[in-house]
Amino acid sequence: MAMHSPDSGSGGSGPGQDTLSTLEAAMADGPVAELLLRRLEASDGGLDSAELAAELGMEHQAVVGAVKSLQALGEVIEAELRSTKRWELTAEGEEIAREGSHEARVFRSIPPEGLAQSELMRLPSGKVGFSKAMSNKWIRVDKSAADGPRVFRVVDSMEDEVQRRLQLVQGGQAEKLGEKERSELRKRKLLAEVTLKTYWVSKGSAFSTSISKQETELSPEMISSGSWRDRPFKPYNFLAHGVLPDSGHLHPLLKVRSQFRQIFLEMGFTEMPTDNFIESSFWNFDALFQPQQHPARDQHDTFFLRDPAEALQLPMDYVQRVKRTHSQGGYGSQGYKYTWKLDEARKNLLRTHTTSASARALYRLAQKKPFTPVKYFSIDRVFRNETLDATHLAEFHQIEGVVADHGLTLGHLMGVLREFFTKLGITQLRFKPAYNPYTEPSMEVFSYHQGLKKWVEVGNSGVFRPEMLLPMGLPENVSVIAWGLSLERPHRRLRDMGQSRTAHPP
Amino acid sequence: MPTVSVKRDLLFQALGRTYTDEEFDELCFEFGLELDEITSEKEIISKEQGNVKAAGASDVVLYKIDVPANRYDLLCLEGLVRGLQVFKERIKAPVYKRVMPDGKIQKLIITEETAKIRPFAVAAVLRNIKFTKDRYDSFIELQEKLHQNICRKRALVAIGTHDLDTLSGPFTYTAKRPSDIKFKPLNKTKEYTACELMNIYKTDNHLKHYLHIIENKPLYPVIYDSNGVVLSMPPIINGDHSRITVNTRNIFIECTGTDFTKAKIVLDIIVTMFSEYCENQFTVEAAEVVFPNGKSYTFPELAYRKEMVRADLINKKVGIRETPENLAKLLTRMYLKSEVIGDGNQIEIEIPPTRADIIHACDIVEDAAIAYGYNNIQMTLPKTYTIANQFPLNKLTELLRYDMAAAGFTEVLTFALCSQEDIADKLGLDISATKAVHISNPKTAEFQVARTTLLPGLLKTIAANRKMPLPLKLFEISDIVIKDSNTDVGAKNYRHLCAVYYNKNPGFEIIHGLLDRIMQLLDVPPGEDKGGYVIKASEGKTDEPNPELVTVSGGGYTLFFMKLVILIWDFRKKGR
Repeated sequence: MAMHSPDSGSGGSGPGQDTLSTLEAAMADGPVAELLLRRLEASDGGLDSAELAAELGMEHQAVVGAVKSLQALGEVIEAELRSTKRWELTAEGEEIAREGSHEARVFRSIPPEGLAQSELMRLPSGKVGFSKAMSNKWIRVDKSAADGPRVFRVVDSMEDEVQRRLQLVQGGQAEKLGEKERSELRKRKLLAEVTLKTYWVSKGSAFSTSISKQETELSPEMISSGSWRDRPFKPYNFLAHGVLPDSGHLHPLLKVRSQFRQIFLEMGFTEMPTDNFIESSFWNFDALFQPQQHPARDQHDTFFLRDPAEALQLPMDYVQRVKRTHSQGGYGSQGYKYTWKLDEARKNLLRTHTTSASARALYRLAQKKPFTPVKYFSIDRVFRNETLDATHLAEFHQIEGVVADHGLTLGHLMGVLREFFTKLGITQLRFKPAYNPYTEPSMEVFSYHQGLKKWVEVGNSGVFRPEMLLPMGLPENVSVIAWGLSLERPHRRLRDMGQSRTAHPP
Repeated sequence: MPTVSVKRDLLFQALGRTYTDEEFDELCFEFGLELDEITSEKEIISKEQGNVKAAGASDVVLYKIDVPANRYDLLCLEGLVRGLQVFKERIKAPVYKRVMPDGKIQKLIITEETAKIRPFAVAAVLRNIKFTKDRYDSFIELQEKLHQNICRKRALVAIGTHDLDTLSGPFTYTAKRPSDIKFKPLNKTKEYTACELMNIYKTDNHLKHYLHIIENKPLYPVIYDSNGVVLSMPPIINGDHSRITVNTRNIFIECTGTDFTKAKIVLDIIVTMFSEYCENQFTVEAAEVVFPNGKSYTFPELAYRKEMVRADLINKKVGIRETPENLAKLLTRMYLKSEVIGDGNQIEIEIPPTRADIIHACDIVEDAAIAYGYNNIQMTLPKTYTIANQFPLNKLTELLRYDMAAAGFTEVLTFALCSQEDIADKLGLDISATKAVHISNPKTAEFQVARTTLLPGLLKTIAANRKMPLPLKLFEISDIVIKDSNTDVGAKNYRHLCAVYYNKNPGFEIIHGLLDRIMQLLDVPPGEDKGGYVIKASEGKTDEPNPELVTVSGGGYTLFFMKLVILIWDFRKKGR
């Protein structure tokens, strides 16, 4: 849900609305403009748009609209923009001026016999009011009360300074408050300094009270009667924004997913099935020659399942080969020399990478004789046991590419990566030695980021270890090269930094 | 990836030259390290606790270097320097030797009580070592790094280092009831029983993480000397009596654990790294460990292993054409002393005790490639000829996504994990009826289950976007998960399509129209008699393979949503 970006929603606020309000104002300002001109004629030198609005009892914006439409007529009036600052209460500020501060409301709601803290917290003002009232030393908490913490009054009465100050501002006496007091209220978002833009309007060189109204739209009647020939038309405002078309949108991240799919398909890669979020530890780790004590298999890093806790079926003769390779070695390997446990391999989890799906695909490939070379890819969700914050997601999308053929080299891997990243528009690549439990050699892929002026990691890659491939039954001279990257990361790097994660309330 | 923090000037002094930050970063990159951060103690403290606290701290420049997780030999300044100097061919890799003592060999006897809790122990002695403050700090820091990484936070292996001159062997490694263990632990002024210690350390920010390893066991592991002095209570704490200091000259090292192989590796790493400072450089005094079965072994193993790899295999795997002699040179630079033997194509490689990460020829191939320089390898394209296929379910999904957007609905992407409440209580369902898979170890309630319906995600999206102008027309096509005992893991993904229409006015016909449009696209006619689709009121079942329309009212708004389970037969029948 947090991944949903509102910028893909239909535009309603923002520029679109400005256009609408200008249009509406222009249509409605006929009588206002007339009033304005008459007042201006009677005035001594000029008048202020805000004062006029107050006198006429209308919205200031309506007067401004009239000023603007008169300006568009040429030299009828002259208008000078003036700005003044003043303090206003926010919606919350007005509520407090009316009903008292949160802390005062909390204080008042506590009866002499005290109130359970849990109950107090449920009050609308509970959370904010409680901490403020505590720091004002109006109330205290008795944590030893029988039915949970209980809150009591400390003082008999109190002065609601916050309310008093806000009422002052409301009465137009903001200047009576000190700078410090105002800024404190502003920090609590009760007070805001607003800038009022007004016009000082005076007569122009071509001043007249009688103006002919300009047409804003060409109607079918005007065309049929031919009246359009004699009518003055208001010029189009090309500076305003147009009205956005009504349409649905695809999610930006999933658009990038489509682009990646397209690239893989263009390169001749076949899509692997990845529609199993739940995976056994066996396919997620053991089959990849990732030892059972590996930190990634820790409860802190991986979501394990309570139900269904264990995988029901595993390919047992393959499992035996994997077990032997881990615990004793074989296929030219020393192995990890530890006691491999089937129970550990049976533990179900939410897959931590889509490499588990690649392992399944390669195992299926190994069962088909004779061996045929393949190119595979997948893009799907993976899961990590994280607490959500600005830089950590508990689920994200992994992109993975795999090539299996006789005699593949590290140079081949780099060549495929170059083509892949070139299609993404990333041409400056370099490779750093790295460690992955299931690839050897392994290389991290870095690309030069023009904006950041440094090399940034864009992916991870390597040649799958023989200890992973040979127990599957793949022929000895077949190499499998693979690489992976996250969909979210290049998305962010390819766009401007910080664009991809639009924060949403949980 | 472990990060090792070293003083820059000390590092350059040991390397025998200085580098600019950029030069050193480049060297790290080439060797497979990463210069993660350039900082100082002062900077670290000021970042974490503010400028005031940092006032008196040292501003010596620190390099924080990321080390690959399997290179335990690079976890301290000594190892990093040795690795880089050999890589740059400035020194030859030292040869580590195990020597027998002049006098009696130190003995560690394991009793059978340890079998159930922490059965393995290994030991060695560093004789006539000369510490300085920096060397001592590095020695302590290496133990900490090993504990955090290969030792899996002391669960697999725990290291104890002791001033041998304060002790008298033979030593006994046994296990006792916690109430029967009493000693003065490191940094305490009086004796405590093991029970008391476990209580005290519950509030110790460093040690509290290790307590669970033995906490609920009837017996705790403990090591005594011949006078009954406690050396350590692994994996928690050492005794204060045998604590080492900068002035310690002879060190007794014991590693206990549940993984014998790793205990041996850890011991090898410590002694190879710090025997550099012994009077007889790179020699380690042997210690004898007697197992409960009476068999006795000598440690450290410091085993050198020989591997044979053909030069053309290395060339073929990397994609280069180097002579066997050159390849042997490249490998020697990676701390793997190699020479060409036999028919001139065979390379004999000596794997030193520091390189426990080399377990297969592919590890040797990688080191040859690193020394050759990854970025010097010629890039080529494989000749693999293949015809690409899309996964049919994803192909259909892609087609539908575009048509949904064309129908005026906006795509959202929501999490596959959610709370039980989201998929049950909030939808008026009982959790047991959802057949959801449950996560055993979520850190927050947001990740209790995998979703069984896409609806909660869409509803949350609406809740988070109430400021947007109405109507909101949203959809998602993604997977949900249902328990299923017919699959190997006991659960199965289903691809769902869910759409919502949110407005002030009811708009059932809008969501109904969208459904008709989808069916039109899928070429499914309306009407049961034609083998097409029908709409039925839902009873809240989530795994129903029929498209269903449901209304949910509340909050003054009426919200219609549609959920469509995309079945395999859809695309198979259509052959799209």
